[in-house]
Amino acid sequence: MEHVPLQYSLALSAILFSIGVAGVIIRRNAIVLFMCIELMLNAVNLAFVSLSPYAGVQGQVFVFFVIAVAAAEAAVGLAIIISVFRHSESVDIKNFSLLRW
Amino acid sequence: MLLQHAAEAAHGAPAAAAHGAEAASHGATFHPVLPWLILGLPLLGFLVNGLIALYAARKALPAVPPVGDPYWDSHGHDEHHAHAAAPALAHAHAGAPSEQEHLDRGTRPNPGDHADDAHQGHAHDAHGHDPHGHDPHDDHGHHGGPKPWTHVAPSFIAPGVLLAAFAIAVLNWMSMRGAGTFEPIYGWEWMPVGNLQVGFDLLLDPLSMVMTLIITGVGSLIHIFSIGYMKEDPGYPRFMAYLNLFVFFMLILVLGSSYPLMFVGWEGVGLCSYLLIGFWFKEKANADAGKKAFIVNRIGDFGFLMAMFLLFANLHTLDFAGENSVFQAAASLEFGGPVVTAIALFFFLGAAGKSAQLPLYVWLPDAMAGPTPVSALIHAATMVTAGVYLVARSSVIFAMAPTASLVVAVVGTLTALFAATIGLKQWDIKKVLAYSTVSQLGFMFAAVGMGAYTAGVFHLMTHAFFKACLFLGSGAVIHAMHGAFHATHNPADAQDMRNMGGLKKHLPITFATMGIATLAIAGVPPFAGFFSKDEIIGAAWLGAEGANPLASGMNHVGMDPAPWMWAIGIILSITAFITAFYMGRMMIYTFFGRFRGTDTERSHLHEGNWTLTLPLIVLALASTLGGLLNVEEHVPIVELFDFGQGAALHHWLHPVLAGSETVMRENVQNVVEPHHAAWPIILAIVIGLGGLALAWVLVSKRNERVRTADVEPAYEGGLQKALYNKWYVDEFYDRTVVKPVNFLSRLQWGFDRGIDGMVDGFGRMAQALGLWMGRAQTGYVNTYAFVLIVGVLVVLGSFMAL
Repeated sequence: MEHVPLQYSLALSAILFSIGVAGVIIRRNAIVLFMCIELMLNAVNLAFVSLSPYAGVQGQVFVFFVIAVAAAEAAVGLAIIISVFRHSESVDIKNFSLLRW
Repeated sequence: MLLQHAAEAAHGAPAAAAHGAEAASHGATFHPVLPWLILGLPLLGFLVNGLIALYAARKALPAVPPVGDPYWDSHGHDEHHAHAAAPALAHAHAGAPSEQEHLDRGTRPNPGDHADDAHQGHAHDAHGHDPHGHDPHDDHGHHGGPKPWTHVAPSFIAPGVLLAAFAIAVLNWMSMRGAGTFEPIYGWEWMPVGNLQVGFDLLLDPLSMVMTLIITGVGSLIHIFSIGYMKEDPGYPRFMAYLNLFVFFMLILVLGSSYPLMFVGWEGVGLCSYLLIGFWFKEKANADAGKKAFIVNRIGDFGFLMAMFLLFANLHTLDFAGENSVFQAAASLEFGGPVVTAIALFFFLGAAGKSAQLPLYVWLPDAMAGPTPVSALIHAATMVTAGVYLVARSSVIFAMAPTASLVVAVVGTLTALFAATIGLKQWDIKKVLAYSTVSQLGFMFAAVGMGAYTAGVFHLMTHAFFKACLFLGSGAVIHAMHGAFHATHNPADAQDMRNMGGLKKHLPITFATMGIATLAIAGVPPFAGFFSKDEIIGAAWLGAEGANPLASGMNHVGMDPAPWMWAIGIILSITAFITAFYMGRMMIYTFFGRFRGTDTERSHLHEGNWTLTLPLIVLALASTLGGLLNVEEHVPIVELFDFGQGAALHHWLHPVLAGSETVMRENVQNVVEPHHAAWPIILAIVIGLGGLALAWVLVSKRNERVRTADVEPAYEGGLQKALYNKWYVDEFYDRTVVKPVNFLSRLQWGFDRGIDGMVDGFGRMAQALGLWMGRAQTGYVNTYAFVLIVGVLVVLGSFMAL
């Protein structure tokens, strides 16, 4: 069976991760931001899974943890975004600099 | 000559001395009766009156923000209705309650005022305070009517506790006669610190007995006087509370059985003096006078403390009596040595502060800002004599330090002369008496300095009688003048003698009693002051022959006493003459000639009620007879006035003063027998009568010409100006002490501001830096994420570089 070469999947993971990072830094829509974070998490998942034939089953186990944490994070994050939206009718993060001193 | 006992004993006429020592050691032990009650009763009075004062002040606080005086209106609101119902007032203000309030507060003049006055027959008894303390709200629409209980109860409590204390003191005095040994009355451990074991113990011996009798006896009379004098004052309960507290501390001072306990009383009376001088503290001058007294006394207290430290460092005890007495231990010190001299001088510094001697006397004349009973009690009869008591109590130490004793005698003598000259040209009747007090205290210090401790205490006692009488008399005069000026709305000074004159017709009792006291202070026989003052001057004449304790002490340390003693005797004689003169001047300006006010004012002059006159009469009696307590035995001229055993006070005090005589006997060998002469007594009589006669000749004519204070100049010519301005000592102190201290304070304030600025600068710098750096915190998630990623990249990069 022909395997997809490891380099390909790692490169894809790196590209996905970079897109996520760029999105977090550049975009202002909170939901897009959120999706970018998910993108990064999944890029990491991809890297774990790609490496698991070489490094054993731990990587795959870790992926499950990441998925669980991502699900929890999504629940909390979406709740925050909803309450923020209720507050100001907007999900533009430029309007939310409340954490500033 | 007088004072021969002290001299005899001091110079070791062996029989007399042995007899004295025997009496001191073998007499029966004295068992005091209820000694703690003597202290406890005034304290109780203070507590009760203090609570009443607090309650009255709280009740007087208006529910709405105050319009005027928060103390005012302790005359209670229930009284308003009574007023409204009074027929005389019915026409004046049947209006709203707020108008009644105005009437009672006296905040505005209205016709109802006079109607009220006429209605209340005794209204003018009520103007009971000095113009210095004239309350702006004290308008006479207010007087009369039933008083609230807060103004009634202190009238019974305050004199009541003192009379009870006096009664106990008299009981003790009667059982003390014949007793020879005096043990401390042990209380409780107070300062058990290593070597220093100070108990809260009392000592009731003949010396403290005399003081206790004076304090409680004269104090009771002055408390009774205060009822009539102060009862209209809004702060009356507070006044009585302070007076009681003063008596309590004064009794601690004299009854304390150790120097530290004495110091407690010493500071306590200072506190009460401060509180009472500034009793009418709403006028800044009064509050300032209180502060001045307090601060000047701090200088003296430094001396007292240093003396205590030195005593403890050298003798390891501070107790007056008992097994470990400081006076027995003092025998181990070198006679006339530096240690004992330093201790005595430091004690004298303390005494000079408290008893207003040069150069610390300046606070006492200012202390006249307090109510007149305070001047009589604290600043004439009791507290200011504490210094004399201190020296007499420490007689052993002073007897061992001839140099220090000489300083005491010389300072006392100079103070006597100096203050007497100022008294010549004062117009304020209380200022005359204040300088007279400073001068008489100088006499007492001259006496105790010369080792004539009995004479000093004797003069202390007679002075308490006649000076309290004079002060209370001046209070009665001021009371009458104030009432007259008040009725006519005359803003003139009720204490200025230029506004008085001819009062003897209107105030016959005051005139008679003050007249007796004047004869006493002038030194006219047979009044009290003659005997005590003559004994002091006599001690100086004795010393000129080397026959007083100071003179023999000086001989022993190689000084020639004769010129000093002659100088002291002559200066004191001159001072006695000046005393007689200024007292005569005061009496003439006040009581003789014509009244210088208007006819309306004259019609308002009248004697106060019995609370004002009774104390005057009793004190005048004491001023008449008090001198007989210590009449010398062997002087034929004086024997006429003697009764029973002569020199009673001298024998009475002998157990206390025997220690100093023993010290002299053991250390001084050369004995000079006192030589008795008649000329000093004749001289004293001539001086006293001569001073009064000269005043009569010189002042009487001028008294006819003198005008009221608003037109009559206070002085004519340079010398009078200097005298009137008190030799410019206050100005001198202002330049040499107050201003430099202020300058130094400013300098240090500037320095302190520099330090503060530096510390504050560091703070501000951190704050500015934080503010600037804080701008990095945008609050935007993107920024934080970017910084995070950059950080991660840097860390990763650095790992890879490695």
